[in-house]
Amino acid sequence: MSPKTLYDKIWDAHVAHEADDGTCLLYIDRHLVHEVTSPQAFEGLRMTNRTVRAPDKTIAVPDHNVPTTLDRANAATMTEDSRIQVEALDKNAKDFGIHYYPVSDVRQGIVHIVGPEQGWTLPGMTVVCGDSHTATHGAFGALAHGIGTSEVEHVLATQTLIQKKSKNMKVEITGKLRPGVTAKDITLSVIGTTGTAGGTGYVIEYCGEAIRDLSMEGRMTVCNMAIEGGARAGLIAPDEKTFEYCMGRPHAPKGAQWEAALAWWKTLYSDDDAHWDKVLTIKGEDIAPVVTWGTSPEDVLPITASVPAASDFKGGKVDAAQRSLDYMGLTAGTPLKEVEIDTVFIGSCTNGRIEDLRAAAEILKGKKIAVKRAMVVPGSGLVRAQAEEEGLADIFKEAGFEWRLAGCSMCLAMNPDQLQPGERCAATSNRNFEGRQGRGGRTHLMSPAMAAAAAITGKLTDVRELM
Amino acid sequence: MDKFETLTGIAAPMPLINIDTDMIIPKQFLKTIKRSGLGVNLFDEMRYDDDGKEIPDFVLNKPQYRDAEILVAGDNFGCGSSREHAPWAIKDFGIRCVIAPSFADIFFNNCFKNGILPIALPQEQVDVLMKDAEKGANARMTIDLEAQTVTSSDGEVFSFDVDPFKKHCLMNGLDDIGLTMEKAASIDSYEAKASQSRPWV
Ligand code: SF4
Repeated sequence: MSPKTLYDKIWDAHVAHEADDGTCLLYIDRHLVHEVTSPQAFEGLRMTNRTVRAPDKTIAVPDHNVPTTLDRANAATMTEDSRIQVEALDKNAKDFGIHYYPVSDVRQGIVHIVGPEQGWTLPGMTVVCGDSHTATHGAFGALAHGIGTSEVEHVLATQTLIQKKSKNMKVEITGKLRPGVTAKDITLSVIGTTGTAGGTGYVIEYCGEAIRDLSMEGRMTVCNMAIEGGARAGLIAPDEKTFEYCMGRPHAPKGAQWEAALAWWKTLYSDDDAHWDKVLTIKGEDIAPVVTWGTSPEDVLPITASVPAASDFKGGKVDAAQRSLDYMGLTAGTPLKEVEIDTVFIGSCTNGRIEDLRAAAEILKGKKIAVKRAMVVPGSGLVRAQAEEEGLADIFKEAGFEWRLAGCSMCLAMNPDQLQPGERCAATSNRNFEGRQGRGGRTHLMSPAMAAAAAITGKLTDVRELM
Repeated sequence: MDKFETLTGIAAPMPLINIDTDMIIPKQFLKTIKRSGLGVNLFDEMRYDDDGKEIPDFVLNKPQYRDAEILVAGDNFGCGSSREHAPWAIKDFGIRCVIAPSFADIFFNNCFKNGILPIALPQEQVDVLMKDAEKGANARMTIDLEAQTVTSSDGEVFSFDVDPFKKHCLMNGLDDIGLTMEKAASIDSYEAKASQSRPWV
């Protein structure tokens, strides 16, 4: 048999039909659904008298719109249109008989945190969701990617997706990371190197010692942002850490089924002589704690650098960089460490897991914030409960952080958590687009530890100086 | 779905790279449970000021581009969020074709599901069409999907690639779900097989 990549293996195991031109029907093992991108899809099913083909493989949770303040049970905390969307999901989940975690359930949270946590996401699966950060689930060696609402409807109705195969790209991070450098710095640095379109047309497999050394949480952070590099999906081959994470999760297999699953999962790796269409290698030692300065996730620099000038770039990027600098209110040549911050946001599907909260709390212990506002929004109710048990919540609260309920929150500011025009935010989320966190809001992306450091000093800060 | 065969219309130039779907339709407009009515909010934050007044400089607010049916843009158009509200807003505004050097994957797919044709052309050719679009309302481009060509207002012809299956669906206004349902037997037999080989799924 010819050598295969991990992507090839998962792909081959899911082709339900292949047309002569290579267009495939790819079978979908898990379909995750949230309230923003699904109402029109369910409406489509109703209009055509179609049903959900595999409700037992379909899991829904509201996350984007939900308020994260403690009083959210009070309906008045939501705007009318947000409430209608969440109610539509309640109703659709009930009418079509799909698994559902309502806002009142402690397991509710960001869809990409809930999936792995509940054992819905397992190695070798195909996982889709009407959300680009579905790439997160690739950390388990699952082929996971975002789809549009028409495709949500297509998967609901047929449990398949019409797909053509992408190309294979390998991103290898060799060696060890230096102290203060995290999974977020890896993933931002990769995008900084490839650009936001560098992965277009590819599925990326991340490998190398620095990736193997990451926890499952860290691996999810890396894969989460594969989409910011333009890739269809990001993958990491499953290993003992993956199996250990999955074992005992509510929806993971048990007993003989677990053994059978494990036997297959252990075959899920790229063969030594597999063909790669593109390869990128980065030395782990060369990665520094980074922040973004502009309005594209590719605008990445080490925290020790200064704000660039538009003239440092070429082609279409010159105008784009100037536009970014104007929007961000930054002057070329200013050391990044002198940029003052108003707000700190710790959360999102990129960095809203327990390990992220531990990393931030570690820096914050016994300190007070020097910014106007700071909030921690755990990725799920269970992450929140665990952080309370570990005493992390107290550290955040004593430092001056708001301790919130689970949801997407200020990652995209569809709920009441928004930046004001001109307000500058150190954020652990994944997009620094214009207006992403609120109209006119200015976002700098970074790791949880770096965001915590910025909270303490009130400026973009090199976390290594506080360690 | 609406068919797409040929289109002759005004092209609006947007020479900006990395136009993301947050720009195309900001999140406050994602709270709808319908597909229609998003055209007035297309490019909302670039198009209107804080008081909701039109920003005269923005291309789609200029008199000559208000009826644009084609958009010519920079590299990596449609990156970011998977929101299909982006093509819904584009379509609702009246734009049926976007031309750029490259597109983000999910956006690109979403276009075809909504009767919009995204055309990727080499940078030099997009540069020519961008110049053409900058001439305003008299410079009408023609897109012929059957022939896979874009013709500038000067009669210069550029050929583009399109996936044959996607072309077929777009030209005939076919519904993907209906097509897939014709292959239900394949899906049934795949499921039967998978329930043996991967029973834990
Ligand atoms: S946390 Fe942010 S990126 Fe993740 S699913 Fe929610 S809105 Fe999307």
